[in-house]
Amino acid sequence: MSAPEWFIAFGGLLGALCRFGLSSYLKNKVSSPFPWGTFTVNLLGSLSLGILAGSGVAPSFYFFAGTGFMGAFTTFSTFKLDALQLGRRNERVTFVLYLAATYIGGILLAWLGYWAASTL
Amino acid sequence: MAYIAVGIAGVLGALLRYELGRWIPGSSDAFFPLATWIVNLSGCLVLSFLTVWFAQAKKIPPAVKTGLTTGWIGSYTTFSTFAVENVELLRNGHAAIALAYILCSLFGGLLMAGLGDWLGHRIFPASKEGSADVRS
Repeated sequence: MSAPEWFIAFGGLLGALCRFGLSSYLKNKVSSPFPWGTFTVNLLGSLSLGILAGSGVAPSFYFFAGTGFMGAFTTFSTFKLDALQLGRRNERVTFVLYLAATYIGGILLAWLGYWAASTL
Repeated sequence: MAYIAVGIAGVLGALLRYELGRWIPGSSDAFFPLATWIVNLSGCLVLSFLTVWFAQAKKIPPAVKTGLTTGWIGSYTTFSTFAVENVELLRNGHAAIALAYILCSLFGGLLMAGLGDWLGHRIFPASKEGSADVRS
């Protein structure tokens, strides 16, 4: 493996474990049809990756923390499967709210992080 | 056990995402982020297919199921990269591409998740409902 791949592998390991730990914890803590676990990791990760992208860190650190950690910490597939299952259960309000809050919140937080890191 | 499986599979998912991104053309241009889009949509298809299959696959150890779903596909797909790519498109004045990217991900992702679910029930007709609990 090349150097970037080692950085991505290590970041991916930690990111996947942190997502699993945090989303399992939130799933047990909060009893709600709203998927708080996946929602929280995706928004937290979007803010963090925005900061990383805006601050212009060294490529090797970006491979580790950005492509590896944040890439693995956040997830698109679980987000969509959660949404599909909400739709299946006829939780229409939660379905729309979940999709809208994740897309709008994620992009806004990524923009905020990017802006803060590149201007402050 | 589940943590070991999620960790190992998470490495493989992140690496697969990176390698595919290097081979898909145009992924470094300021245009439609094709690589992330393909990764995310293919991940939606595979995750919902695996979820239907695993809900009735009694012989597969739970740690392996969690590793492949939460670990492998969870790490393979990414939401943060999607969000930052939109920010960069908007900052570079490509609002129309950003909007197309959001809509293609929003509806494409749901469509692929639905397709994976449908395929799962076609191939494994014994399972009636895709259960979410194998992912936790």
